Amino acid sequence: MRSRRNTVFVILVSVFCCGSPLVARESQTNIFSPRSGPAHSIYSLSQFTLAITGLIFVVVAGLLLYAIIRFRHRPTDDGSEPPQIFGSTQIELSWTIIPILIVTVLFLTTARVIFYIQDAPKPPSALEVTVIGHQFWWEIRYPALHVVTANELHVPISTSGAPAPTFLKLTSADVIHSFWVPELAGKTDLFPNRINELWMSPETAGVYKGQCAQFCGTEHAKMLLRVYADTPEAFAAWIREQQSPAIVSTSDRALEGRKQFESQACINCHAVGGTVANGRFGPDLTHLMSRDTLASGAAPNTAENLARWIDDPDTFKQGSLMPSMHLTKAQVEQITAYLVTLK
Amino acid sequence: MSESSISLPGGLPEAGTKEVSKGTSASVVEALQEWVITVDHKKLGVLYILYGLVMFAVAGIEVLLIRIQLAAPGNHVVSAQVFNRLFTMHGTTMIFFMVMPVVFGFGNYLMPLMLGVRDMAFPRLNAFSFWMTAFGGLLLYYSFLGGTGLQGAGTAPDVAWFAYAPLTERAFSRGHSTDFWALSLIVSGFGSIGTAVNFLATAFCLRCKGMKLFRMPLFVWLYIVTSALLILAVSPLTAAQVMLLIDRYLGGHFFDTQAGGSAVLWAHFFWIFGHPEVYVLVMPAFGMASEIIPVFSRKAIFGYAAMVAASVCIAFVSLSVWAHHMFTVGMSAPGNAFFALSTMIVGIPTGIKIFNWLATLWGGKIRFTVPMCFSLAFLFQFLIAGLTGIMLSVAPFNWQLHNSYFVVAHFHYVIVGAIVFMVFAGFYFWYPKVTGRLLNERLGKLHFWLFLIGFHLTFDFMHIPGILGMPRQIYTYEADRGWGPLNLVVSIGAFIQAAAVVIFVVNLLTSVFRGKLAGPDPWDAWTLEWTTSSPPPPYNFDVEPVVSSARPLWDLKHPEDPDSFNSGARS
Repeated sequence: MRSRRNTVFVILVSVFCCGSPLVARESQTNIFSPRSGPAHSIYSLSQFTLAITGLIFVVVAGLLLYAIIRFRHRPTDDGSEPPQIFGSTQIELSWTIIPILIVTVLFLTTARVIFYIQDAPKPPSALEVTVIGHQFWWEIRYPALHVVTANELHVPISTSGAPAPTFLKLTSADVIHSFWVPELAGKTDLFPNRINELWMSPETAGVYKGQCAQFCGTEHAKMLLRVYADTPEAFAAWIREQQSPAIVSTSDRALEGRKQFESQACINCHAVGGTVANGRFGPDLTHLMSRDTLASGAAPNTAENLARWIDDPDTFKQGSLMPSMHLTKAQVEQITAYLVTLK
Repeated sequence: MSESSISLPGGLPEAGTKEVSKGTSASVVEALQEWVITVDHKKLGVLYILYGLVMFAVAGIEVLLIRIQLAAPGNHVVSAQVFNRLFTMHGTTMIFFMVMPVVFGFGNYLMPLMLGVRDMAFPRLNAFSFWMTAFGGLLLYYSFLGGTGLQGAGTAPDVAWFAYAPLTERAFSRGHSTDFWALSLIVSGFGSIGTAVNFLATAFCLRCKGMKLFRMPLFVWLYIVTSALLILAVSPLTAAQVMLLIDRYLGGHFFDTQAGGSAVLWAHFFWIFGHPEVYVLVMPAFGMASEIIPVFSRKAIFGYAAMVAASVCIAFVSLSVWAHHMFTVGMSAPGNAFFALSTMIVGIPTGIKIFNWLATLWGGKIRFTVPMCFSLAFLFQFLIAGLTGIMLSVAPFNWQLHNSYFVVAHFHYVIVGAIVFMVFAGFYFWYPKVTGRLLNERLGKLHFWLFLIGFHLTFDFMHIPGILGMPRQIYTYEADRGWGPLNLVVSIGAFIQAAAVVIFVVNLLTSVFRGKLAGPDPWDAWTLEWTTSSPPPPYNFDVEPVVSSARPLWDLKHPEDPDSFNSGARS
């Protein structure tokens, strides 16, 4: 397996005359380091495709190179014209039939993988999650578990002994987006008025990165995506935590901040479970501090960044749809003090 | 005129040949006016090409800004908004206002000469088409001033060149930038259709005596195929643009998803245009390759009939592959399988073409002139572009590669590596016919090698960030993804290409005055355009040519071994 993979890399390198496997290994979004069921089958199909196309390249480019060198005009030439050949039915037939055979093989292999991935049966143990694309963030809902979060998708790992694949229902609230976490699965678009499906079965725990892969407006570049594959225990713990209502803060600063938060326009777009804040246009903040990043991955989620973000969202994300509310410094501090209690 | 042109036997003197008297006191204004009101296919051809070159420079500057921005992670050279406008304008300009005008220009100039006739079938329609195309481009660029309406700074479209709905609906695209985009493509679309009709009418109705369909140069055949595809492809695009404007201004809901419209519908419309469009652009390049490679291999094209058949076949199949741009929209498994298969099938006739060019080289005496160097590079690059195309047709592989930089690298391999390389070859090959002087060979070689190095630095390395998960159309990226060094190489390559293009333009401008005199037939070639003087007189031919094979000049030069005798099957 290892050697096959190396061969593919060598072919790739020779096809594109370059390539740095070193860079490839560091990347967390390499399509050639699959960590989940569909990504694995795509990977082996891509190896097969690369081998075929690599072989065609070597043969045809070799012939071209040979012809160019062998039949170059030489200074010693007598200046006469070479024999004129107008064609040959046998030769032309052979280079029609051989490509037809290659296409047949490639198509059958491709069709197998298409049907394997798209018609995969959904086991009863599968987790169902709905992902809704927004300009420029991801709304994530676990309908059966009554959990709502954003931008950071948590899923259980799925092993052959205990298969627990995750089936995503994808849709969009505004324009077209595309869900792409290369190590887990190929991309699938999120369309308004339409539900698409995507499944994944990560084998090892960890964070998998990805991002929106369909141009969706100004901040398409900062519509980042993280998938946390957790062990079954860690996943159950995370779900319990997310299901609990928002922590009621007791400190004066936080209470003051909550008052500010609920009297400003914040609650028109954001929800905090168990409070008057029930907006749906922006991400749910009930467990804001359980997330690692802010603004769909644009910045690490720290109190300091949170304050800067509330003060002026353009600091991290120029075209973010969250407006700067022109709050005073004191108001920003109070609201931040409240939000950091939402663990 | 006898020493400046090669006369074919059996021709009849052109009836009523007029002496063109050059007004000695013709002022600059008169000269300019002559170019504006001209209906001459040669002048219009030159206008098309000059217009395309100006747009090439504009869109080239746009892409250099894009490459500066992407050269390092987290760059802030341009804002997100400006970046989105830049790539939208770069793509739209390069496709509709650079490649299309330039290939129309070549077709306009050469097709009547190759067919031995005096002008295109509809000279006035020809002029109309050019000006529609030209004004379409101006309309697009006027958006910089008028994009937001009467007040405000103005802005260009920022919805990407495929402008997926509902991003283009009024809810998400305010102001007029998207309107300018749609209107400019409608206007230039009428120009394209006019040109296509003209090419078809000229090729089918206006050939000189003895020029049977299967004696036409392959160049003409390829333009027939392109024109047929254009008519079929541009109409749905124009329809979709009209529907979009109805949505935006008359309360329609074709693509307005908030009112129950369909976003997938736009994608279908766009790619029903968009995929054949790729072949509209690449067929003329095939045509040029099929003329230039035989001349410098000193051999007839191998498998003329198979080349025609393969081109027509590509055109037909290309009408049923559009949804391979949409493998990720959630089609059913049989749907995906169908479009994977139809796309792979395109590879068969395309392969036939490459093999035929290879067989043309085989056994020849290859001369490495500048046009031939570009054509040979075209063969390798088109091969690679075809193979990455096969990879992309494998639907599951496409689910990973789609909308990544791998795709960007793939289609630039087609458009730059194949089309632009062949257009450069065409420039070096036919420039002497247009101006009477050859382009400088040394500057040409420098241009070739510099452009080749720049091209490969840019587009070879561009595949890798795609494999490492970099989506297209992002204005910035994080350093930890490992895309930085690769993007820097890509950007360096872009600047090397720009330097090569500057050398090319210098060569174009200086050779008009200082180039070596070409004479009627500088390359010892075989098709009719080389029988008339360089530049050709307004009426093209002194006497109306009569041909008896696909290579009339070969017959004239080799009376002992004429094609008309050898290739009897085709006459």
